[in-house]
Amino acid sequence: MIRDITIGQYYPVASPIHRLDARVKLAITFIYIVTLFFVDSFIGYFFVMLSLGAVIASSKVPLRFMLRGIKSIMVIIVFTMIINLFTTKGETLLLEIGFLRITWEGVAVALKMSIRLVFLIVGSSVLTLTTTPIHLTDGIESILKPFSKIGVPSHEIAMMMTIALRFIPTLLDETDKIMKAQQARGADFDTGTLKEKAQSLIPILVPLFISAFRRAEELATAMEARCYHGGENRTRMHVVSIGRRDFVAFAVTAVYVCIIFLLRHAAEIVPFWI
Amino acid sequence: MSITINHLTHIYNPGTAFEKKALDDVNLQIETGEFIGLIGHTGSGKSTLIQHLNGLILPTQGEILLDGENIHKDKMRLKEVRRRVGLAFQYPEYQLFEMTVYRDVAFGPTNMKLPADQIHENVISALQTVGLGEEVYEQSPFELSGGQKRRAAIAGVLAMNPEILILDEPTAGLDPKGRDEILDAIQNLHEKRKITVILVSHSMEDVARLAERIIVMHRGKVAMTGTPKEIFPRVEELEQMGLAAPQISYVFHQLQERGYDLPADVFTTEEAKEVLLQFLKQVKK
Repeated sequence: MIRDITIGQYYPVASPIHRLDARVKLAITFIYIVTLFFVDSFIGYFFVMLSLGAVIASSKVPLRFMLRGIKSIMVIIVFTMIINLFTTKGETLLLEIGFLRITWEGVAVALKMSIRLVFLIVGSSVLTLTTTPIHLTDGIESILKPFSKIGVPSHEIAMMMTIALRFIPTLLDETDKIMKAQQARGADFDTGTLKEKAQSLIPILVPLFISAFRRAEELATAMEARCYHGGENRTRMHVVSIGRRDFVAFAVTAVYVCIIFLLRHAAEIVPFWI
Repeated sequence: MSITINHLTHIYNPGTAFEKKALDDVNLQIETGEFIGLIGHTGSGKSTLIQHLNGLILPTQGEILLDGENIHKDKMRLKEVRRRVGLAFQYPEYQLFEMTVYRDVAFGPTNMKLPADQIHENVISALQTVGLGEEVYEQSPFELSGGQKRRAAIAGVLAMNPEILILDEPTAGLDPKGRDEILDAIQNLHEKRKITVILVSHSMEDVARLAERIIVMHRGKVAMTGTPKEIFPRVEELEQMGLAAPQISYVFHQLQERGYDLPADVFTTEEAKEVLLQFLKQVKK
């Protein structure tokens, strides 16, 4: 049952998006997220949708994987929509029930807000689905490197993230095993009062913590035995390099940003598009 | 209590990229009071099989019958099934969690809602069976040595008074003394209480010494089943499956090749000792 949980949702296929440098993908995702807040017209969102669609198509990841992230924030989307629907002040009245006023402007804002949220989630899914967690942390480390001059422990942060990601499946397996071992001794996790349910977690959590500490200690010993000493002068097994395709990606992003801003002003000139 | 396994198939993560057929149409009959040695290469389906026997995982297809009754027929009775079929996982000491050894061993029978005096009786008897003395009852299980921890954890399963005892590699990672203590305890239990034992092991020596019948798993199927004397002579087949015969039988093979007139079906060291002494006596004459 617990095996079904997947964390680190990387989808392994070969595509131009997968091959991009992780740092480039991180930077482009960041730019994408920032520019998303400058889009204010439906035509703008339509353009974002086309661009995102093109990226998803070239990433060769099935669309349902991309959209899976939306399910988990559905509550937030619906909540935002309702709040915006009722609180936006507008001129053109659509519906009035008691003290609740719904205006055309409210509908437009509510729609735009939820579209923005969906695009945010799907956009960042592209990053995590096409980049292995290891490349992602390597990329983060490399981006944070300049900040190590002002005391940001970039290598240590990246190493902690890598180790955490590495141990998620291990600890999930361990939890599964411990749960089964206790179930074999008649432990019951599903029935009983809330208090009983909370108590039934003790036989899982105590062994799980002990094993996590044991593993951490073993790993620390193993790292020390291999003379690990942190980031200083450390060479890498996979040297990342920015290539031609990364520049192409940046060029495409630059065009994208230009169009986003053009559309923003086009909306001012031709109000019909709003 | 007998176990019948009919057409048991188990597929992990069906319908995804990680789909894996762990068991493939397994049919087995295990009689009351048998001592079974279950062997197989890593990934052959042994662990998946034993987890089906007390209903920890649901079969994809097929059924498991205890005394002719399907264990999944009535969901409420699954707890009763788990009491009657005791399962000690590999490295069972990782399941210890209580403040004292006594309370940890009592976890199982307490969950089974046995009366208090019955629980006490079971716990003491289980701890005695595995050879843990009174001085450790009130100690924290985490203060024990590796071998003691293992025995305390196995006692936690025994305290439920199971009619079938399944042990997944109970001696993995123990020193020879710890190994002997555990194997002796298991053998005692089998002989005195006549309970059915299924021993999963990678040690052919242990299996040869204890098991009355051997089941060999290979790629999710039952590849062979029979007494040690039937299974171990099929060395070539075993080796193809990544297994082997007990080491002592290789010594006897070599001796035979060098022209000594010795029997081929010697699989335990004790037996080997007898046979060799007998042989030397004859040679002297």
